[in-house]
Amino acid sequence: MNPTHQKYRSDPDAIRALVQPDRVHRDVYLSQEIFELEQEHLFRNTWNYVGHESQIPKAGDYLTTELAGRPLVIVRQADDSIKTLMNRCPHKGARVVSAPSGNIGRFFRCPYHAWTFKPSGELLAIPFKGGYESTALLETEAGHGLPEVKATKVYKGFIFVRLSDEGPSFEDFFGYALSSLDNLVARSPEGALELTGGCVRFVHRCNWKMIVENLNDTCHPMVAHESSAGAAKHLWQGVPEEEPKPMVIEQFVPLASDYTFFANMGMRALPNGHGWSGENYSIHSKYSVIPEYEEALHAAYGEDKAREILGLIRHNTVYYPNLTIKGALQTIRVFKPLAADLTVVESWCFRLKGAPDKVLERSVNWNTIINSPFSIVGHDDLHVYKAMHKGLRADGNEWISLHRDFDPAELGQQDLTTTGTSEISMRNQLRAWSKYMTMSMKEVTDERV
Amino acid sequence: MSVSEQLTARLVDFIYDEAELLDQAQYAEWLDLFSEDGLYWIPSEPEQNDPYRCTSHLFDDKLMRGLRVERLNSARAYSQQPRSRCHHLLQRPRVRASEGSDNLYLAETKFSYTEFSEDETQTYVGVIVHHLLLDGETIKIKLKRVNLLNCDAPLPAVQLFI
Repeated sequence: MNPTHQKYRSDPDAIRALVQPDRVHRDVYLSQEIFELEQEHLFRNTWNYVGHESQIPKAGDYLTTELAGRPLVIVRQADDSIKTLMNRCPHKGARVVSAPSGNIGRFFRCPYHAWTFKPSGELLAIPFKGGYESTALLETEAGHGLPEVKATKVYKGFIFVRLSDEGPSFEDFFGYALSSLDNLVARSPEGALELTGGCVRFVHRCNWKMIVENLNDTCHPMVAHESSAGAAKHLWQGVPEEEPKPMVIEQFVPLASDYTFFANMGMRALPNGHGWSGENYSIHSKYSVIPEYEEALHAAYGEDKAREILGLIRHNTVYYPNLTIKGALQTIRVFKPLAADLTVVESWCFRLKGAPDKVLERSVNWNTIINSPFSIVGHDDLHVYKAMHKGLRADGNEWISLHRDFDPAELGQQDLTTTGTSEISMRNQLRAWSKYMTMSMKEVTDERV
Repeated sequence: MSVSEQLTARLVDFIYDEAELLDQAQYAEWLDLFSEDGLYWIPSEPEQNDPYRCTSHLFDDKLMRGLRVERLNSARAYSQQPRSRCHHLLQRPRVRASEGSDNLYLAETKFSYTEFSEDETQTYVGVIVHHLLLDGETIKIKLKRVNLLNCDAPLPAVQLFI
């Protein structure tokens, strides 16, 4: 193996040294070895979003996904519970189901040799099974069916898994960050969501962390998006305030707000890398009222509670490492890292059950103009991610600065509220990254002697 | 309903000319081809029938198309340094008259579209569906719907117009 590919394996101290209090080393983004270690450690030790229960409403319904390179199938059981299984036949290893979603019928059936499995993953039958009599089949993994990912948690419809059998509990891991998900669900007059607004999948030729970190980078919109959101602002300049805004204007223009606007938005940083910008308000705060929707919420919750729900308008909440949500727009982004410099971002829209269509239309419009591979805002962002990949190879400086509003007193704090333009969210994410990268690593010092 | 040979030829030429404007980056002229309420749509699912309640790759009215062009012309559109280039290869459009409305014609055109940006060349194939309004001597696009073969796949950034 190329020695540069063994720089970090079995050396948690070397990994910890990449994340300093106020800066981060470029290898965190550029190194393929680090990417592989993320697959083995970070994405196994943390809780990651894999799907929504509304995608699998009936017994036998399944959806497939990949997490940390592992093929997963999430399947609804006869008793309505949800199980996550490794999508791998115990015989030869073929993926058992291959569609993005579907229904297995009464059992899984491997397309290769027709081994069948209960919805729980347990081995059901093997054709012509006499050949296995007096063999050790049933004592090995092959006899045990599809391995289950036991750490599966359905939280208000959102399905999360932790691949490792050990690690923090779901509640300990996300803690108060769950308040953003609570708010998203409460925005439905029926307290339930449906994943019906479609999905766009955008291939980014960059490291996944650049994208996640950018979502609460509040000093970039007025610069990177000057050509897109700035153009919308310019176009609408001089139009009287009372003029109803087309949805595109309503959604693009606040992105072009100035530094003070974003600073006053406020930022919240919570344990394990989670947090949000928009502690006080956000770029989504000034959207026009949809009267039928507010009435539906008043009827469901009473006026005070409805006002409280609608008044919480955060920008992006990060559920580190693989999910971000926008409660006010009912959109989520899911990050699928494929290599150090290759990531697919999936962006989905929810329908709030019991809300008028206009609410979904707003969400769909946002998802289309912001998150699609054809999005002009997306083009701005992707350009700078790619520019970082090229620029970071330069000599003379191996570090990325995260100094903005750094305060040594923030180290070790569990809950921080700061100015909205602080780089605290990135520092907070990378500190969690360092922790979950190294917590399951064994230090092997002998090999080097 | 059949369309006269002469009219078919005009509509086919219109579609070829439209693609040529895009390949030549003559965006101001391209914007003028649409009717006031004209729409440019790239669905994200095969057979997608609702751009309002299901996310699309793009669903542009006049305002949004104008914004895209303004951005491409902006000195601060860094992803256009260097500028992207595109190329349309079209099969002859199949033209028919709309059954519901006079002066509305539907055309289906199989295409191969290639876009080159900095260090990446991507190619897409599919069918462009035009809804074309004939108003005296002028033809306007009421709807241009691009059905990508792989519309529901993960796609890289597409910056110009298919």
